[in-house]
Amino acid sequence: MIDYWPLLGILLVVAGFALRFNPLLVVAVSAIATGVLGGMDLGKVVALLGKGFNDNRYVTIIYIVLPVIGLLERYGLQQRARALIGRMRGASAGRILIFYLAFRQIFAALGLTSVAGHPQTVRPLVAPMAEAAAEKVHGALSDEERERVKAMAAATDNIGLFFGEDIFLAIASILLIQGSLAGFGIQLTPFQLSVWAVPTAIAAFIIHSARLAWFERSLARSAKTARS
Amino acid sequence: MIDLHWLYVLAGAIFAAFAISSVRDRTNPRRLANAVFWGLLAASFWFGDLFGDLGNGVLVLALVAIAGAHLLGKGQGSSTSPKEREEYSRRFGNRLFLPALIIPLTAFVGTLAFNYTPLKGLGLVDPKSVTLVLLGLGVIIALAVCYAWLRPPATAPIEEGRRLMESIGWAAVLPQMLAALGAIFAAAGVGTTVGAIAGAILPSGNTFLAVLLYAGGMAVFTMIMGNAFAAFPVMIAAIGVPILIHQDGGNPAVIGAVGMLAGFCGTLCTPMAANFNIVPAALLELKNQYAVIRAQVPTAIPLFAVNVLIIYFAAFA
Repeated sequence: MIDYWPLLGILLVVAGFALRFNPLLVVAVSAIATGVLGGMDLGKVVALLGKGFNDNRYVTIIYIVLPVIGLLERYGLQQRARALIGRMRGASAGRILIFYLAFRQIFAALGLTSVAGHPQTVRPLVAPMAEAAAEKVHGALSDEERERVKAMAAATDNIGLFFGEDIFLAIASILLIQGSLAGFGIQLTPFQLSVWAVPTAIAAFIIHSARLAWFERSLARSAKTARS
Repeated sequence: MIDLHWLYVLAGAIFAAFAISSVRDRTNPRRLANAVFWGLLAASFWFGDLFGDLGNGVLVLALVAIAGAHLLGKGQGSSTSPKEREEYSRRFGNRLFLPALIIPLTAFVGTLAFNYTPLKGLGLVDPKSVTLVLLGLGVIIALAVCYAWLRPPATAPIEEGRRLMESIGWAAVLPQMLAALGAIFAAAGVGTTVGAIAGAILPSGNTFLAVLLYAGGMAVFTMIMGNAFAAFPVMIAAIGVPILIHQDGGNPAVIGAVGMLAGFCGTLCTPMAANFNIVPAALLELKNQYAVIRAQVPTAIPLFAVNVLIIYFAAFA
């Protein structure tokens, strides 16, 4: 007999996100509902939530880079990134992002996952560069086009990271696969696992590059209709 | 030994400075709520281990109450105008990129130095926290260089950092909250239920459908948990090992490695992976909080299909 009650918390999360309630509120309500339906008393659920929050403080450390990024923006870093692209011949948003995808995948595959990221590189450098290149090629962007270019810059960072890092031997996910299979008596080396990340990494590069090239064309099309 | 706690002290100091700078911001009508929010986060970094689980739980509920009641606001900021920035950009030239590259460069050189020199053996830095320690070191060096070169007002880094922090707002603590929710889901037996359902709907004797269910289960369960790490042990135990490896004789390396990557396709599609999908939307000041996910889904779907085919053809060749 399958116990379906714990799944109610998932439904609450999906409904809460879909109805655009404040996500922190959605998560807290779902956590309490799931815990109580799973048979815990309220105090225990709140304590478990507190422990989970305290044990995961390291995910919030990244914001210590904000004073540096903010200070450099004060002195014109984004403007500088734009000026650099403005003088570069043949630069387009699609090409810049394809180059960044390759850079992100290769560095992640070498275990250098933290040389780039949304606060460190996307906001101060990659997004303004892609925006400037799109403006240079296609003329002034509408708010919607600007939003699409920035979102694509963030998406490219994620895709490059996810489908590069597993090629590196000592990354947490490879160690988790190795450990889980070892629990069933299946012994594998990290190398045997990480070579199988290569085909998907290549496929990710091809698929996302093709989308970026197509994205560049769709910017050209919408710029043309805007002018006519 | 330098470990995670040193970084908690640094992060706590920065959030405490954000809190103090919030109180003094008369352009923000909601400055007190902002100060309490960042102050609570500073307290969590500094004293979280002393509060006890229930104390931390109450702290979490206070953060949720402030965010849920929409009490957080934004100041006008005291940053430079776009015109001043153009002037600075011309004055400082491309050298402005150098301080921005200090943080990635410290991570790059530091990781290489730590892994390929005797530095690791000295016991100076906890190997588990090397990445974050190097991030902290990079921030400190970059700030020192900026002070020496750009000569900003003393509080400018905090004021400018708070400007970005306010544009992220409550989303800043969402990844940590979701990690806590994951712990509760696990304790309540969500993984067991998902594994049991996947096992119960499994068609027998059709390897392709079993592969599809295994990879699909990885993607969907990752979307629910926001993290492929939580999904992997469940799906490998429910389908991967008993059906694909033992019954159908598949190659365990392919099934393990590519199954995880099928899960990563799910990560691209879910607001539960907030640090990758929701925080960047806030950081880039996008109007639609799901804009990054929308940009990723058309890559994730064909890539998922490729992963299914890789498992089917490479594991059962």
